[in-house]
Amino acid sequence: MATVIELPIETYKGPVEPDWCPGCGDFGVLRSVQTAAGKLGIHPKDLLVVSGIGCSSNLPGFIHAYGIHSLHGRSVPVATGAHLANTDLKVVITGGDGDGYGIGVGHLIHAMRRNLDITYVVMDNQIYGLTTGQTSPTTAKGHKTKSTPNGNFESPLNPLVLAITSGATYVARGFSGEQKQLGELIAGGIAHKGFSLIDVFSPCVTYNKINTYPYFKQRVYKLEDEGYEPNDFYKSIERAYEWGERIPLGVLYKTDQETYEDNEPVLQKGPLVKQKLGLSEQVHNSLIEEMI
Amino acid sequence: MQEVTIGIAGAAGDGLDKSGDTLAKTCGRSGLHVYAYNCYQSIIRGGHIWLKVRIGDEKVLNHGDKLNAVICLNQDSLERHAPEVNEGGVIIFNSDKLKLDPTLVPQGVQALGLPMTEICKEVVAEHGALQPIMQNTVAVGAVLALAKFSLEDASSVMHDTFAHKGEKIINLNVSLLKVGFEYANANAKAFTKEWTFSKKRRPFLTGNEAIAFGAAAAGCKFYSAYPMTPASTILHWMANHATEVDICVKQCEDELSVINMAIGAGIGGVRSMCGTAGGGFALMTEAIGMAGIMEVPVVCVEVQRGGPSTGLPTKTEQGDLFQVYGASQGEFPKMIIAPRDIADCYDSTVESFNVADKFQLPVLLISDLLLSEHPETVDPEAFYRDTKLDRGELVTEWSEAQGKFKRFRFTDSGISPRALPGTANCNFVSATDDHDEESILISDMFTSSPIRRKISEKRFRKMDLLLSELPAPKLEGPADADVTLVCWGSTSGVVCEAAELLTAAGIKTNFLVIKYIVPFHAKEVTELLTKAKKKISAEVNFTSQMARYIKMETGISMDGHINRYDGEPLEPREIMQKVQDILAGKKLDLDVSEADAREMAYHYLRTHFSEKLRPVKVTQEASNGYGEPIWNVELVERATGKRGGGMKIGARTGATYSFEKEPVEAK
Repeated sequence: MATVIELPIETYKGPVEPDWCPGCGDFGVLRSVQTAAGKLGIHPKDLLVVSGIGCSSNLPGFIHAYGIHSLHGRSVPVATGAHLANTDLKVVITGGDGDGYGIGVGHLIHAMRRNLDITYVVMDNQIYGLTTGQTSPTTAKGHKTKSTPNGNFESPLNPLVLAITSGATYVARGFSGEQKQLGELIAGGIAHKGFSLIDVFSPCVTYNKINTYPYFKQRVYKLEDEGYEPNDFYKSIERAYEWGERIPLGVLYKTDQETYEDNEPVLQKGPLVKQKLGLSEQVHNSLIEEMI
Repeated sequence: MQEVTIGIAGAAGDGLDKSGDTLAKTCGRSGLHVYAYNCYQSIIRGGHIWLKVRIGDEKVLNHGDKLNAVICLNQDSLERHAPEVNEGGVIIFNSDKLKLDPTLVPQGVQALGLPMTEICKEVVAEHGALQPIMQNTVAVGAVLALAKFSLEDASSVMHDTFAHKGEKIINLNVSLLKVGFEYANANAKAFTKEWTFSKKRRPFLTGNEAIAFGAAAAGCKFYSAYPMTPASTILHWMANHATEVDICVKQCEDELSVINMAIGAGIGGVRSMCGTAGGGFALMTEAIGMAGIMEVPVVCVEVQRGGPSTGLPTKTEQGDLFQVYGASQGEFPKMIIAPRDIADCYDSTVESFNVADKFQLPVLLISDLLLSEHPETVDPEAFYRDTKLDRGELVTEWSEAQGKFKRFRFTDSGISPRALPGTANCNFVSATDDHDEESILISDMFTSSPIRRKISEKRFRKMDLLLSELPAPKLEGPADADVTLVCWGSTSGVVCEAAELLTAAGIKTNFLVIKYIVPFHAKEVTELLTKAKKKISAEVNFTSQMARYIKMETGISMDGHINRYDGEPLEPREIMQKVQDILAGKKLDLDVSEADAREMAYHYLRTHFSEKLRPVKVTQEASNGYGEPIWNVELVERATGKRGGGMKIGARTGATYSFEKEPVEAK
């Protein structure tokens, strides 16, 4: 294995400063993505950051890398296409809970069951921020938002259970108030061969007055501190359901499985983008002959 | 042109498509030209299937409106298609199983019942009992004899078709062909003269196969799709040939994923394509705009079928022009191309990839069920190999000394040199928000009206350049025509033949095929149509979408419209008749014809009484209290021929007013 030459975080400094509200959890996530890329020594030319739409989905504009700022809910298929076109790229998807667990959840489930070698960092603030504070798929029951003035009466989605049961092979939770750990979790996800989902508590200081920094600080604990090993499917689901007074941070589940890329025959000949264009005379003629 | 049309009718699952294939490939190998049209239904077994194969010694442009021979595989088919056979023709059926009512046989038509058990005796003795489907092969043998086709070429097709099943199965099928061939020669008269076989071997393929083949030849590396008739056969071709042509083929969870993956692959740097039908395309529209604003090359195939909504999944229509034209919010450059025949499906697909790459925009290739699913023979030269694979302006190296790489640089041509992710010093974001030259968003924090104006103009400059590179449409046929027919897509084949028929009948007719819809040759089309005398559009839709589009682009209205929207393609004499009616100032007749009334009765009987009854006599009577003239349909019991009841169908509205039955066992 080649020696990793770590790169400084400044390598990934974007062209413009983030436009997030002061205190937004997404600042910490941005820094953690940059830290993780630096730790793994990924050259900015080989890093592709893909997002959908939402406050957090503005992230690709704030990092020095290749980026795709796609449509609401469509970051996963766009990233899948770009990744399959050029498997030499490290593809990291960044977005919010509305984007990934709401409008885009269908794609997420299928990407996980395919076990594509992609890392997905979800900045989960349990609210729609860009659209000024409506309920999201992870908003707690009873939470009053602009679209649920009498309190949300839908049960929130559990992204970790969804990920583990859908076939993601690296499932973790981070907190933007715990940046050192978050950088390691993201680096672990990128280094992992297979689909990595990292759900990150990234508080919205403007529209979510319930799930705040103090809210999480009082409740979170680190799985690693309890000697938890993320290799047991059923135990990981138990931990994934933990909520309320004690909320786990860290890697919940990790397993080495065949990836989509391992099984796609055409990729065995190298990245598509580096393959020869067009057909050989022999193949071309045999295609005609089979139709006669 | 020497030509014959052969019909094969039966139920889904009867294997008639295989028989049609044998027939078509035989002719394709002999050097004849073939056009087949399969009027199938969206069910796996049962239902009525009607395959027409038109064969000529010159290029055949459509399925035509004649019928020289019919092979009927069940009783229903026999009753419905026997009366359609032209004089001199033949009705072929298994006389052990089916009974042909002599009153259904038109004057001068031969009835050739095949006593299967008797004539297959020796084959059964050698090979064992036959599966029912194998009797089709005997019938094909019979038609080969009477159509004067080559038994030798048919045998060679059998060799290739059954190569994977071994010598014994090949011999069995060749023997069955011979049985039918010899029996027909001894018991019926040929319905055409001897052919001159050029022996030029031509591939026999569908439009979808040509699109898929064209994509592979153009260097497509990624194809995504969600199964949807009538686009699925592109996916099937791609999947079957993936490792041979090195295309990564992805069946996705939905069409949103399909188009977004294809666009992602385009950004990633490969030539990518996706395909769908109208319903799937409706889901894709938002992403088409994304490709537009991000300036990503991608090819999207939209195969139209009967709409709206689920509509008629297995029937043809040209009803999606405005959907494709209007796809996605906002304004952005795109190309819409409508191939006119199967050779053009190949050519247009290759062109689509080149345009997409050079101009960095989405190319929407619009086909229809008839074009995509019907097979025909095409000269092998149409599938040229030395395609110019123009990847456009690609930056492969950039040094920091050159300054900041501007992905969306404002250029004269509007085309900004593109870099692929993985290229050093060219980092940029492909953004759905509008952006400046460096791809920094101008949508939120740094809004800028002049930059928005200049990037819009930059994007649209590409369209001017693209238009200047596309060949303008031309009138085909006599220059001094009395009538100019206007059409697009698969309708061009039948319009071409109708124009020839009209010209031969003394009404000089030429025609205009619109292939490039966006960008549109407004100036050239205005010039052509201003000079044209009577302009008539012919489209397989209700609202004459191309005629409306031309009016929007040129201000020119048609003098008449020909429309068909019953799921079936237009036919040459139908267009001819309608042109004559329009010239005579005749009002459009939408009444229920006698043939319509008979088909409507069949529909009612099939859906309510299985197939126990059938219509016999159809007569019109006065309104009789229904407020409109009435078609009276007499019904008989299929098994006994005894009177079974009657139906009354409105001659204007088509309403089923009454159904009375004699005591007969209900379904």
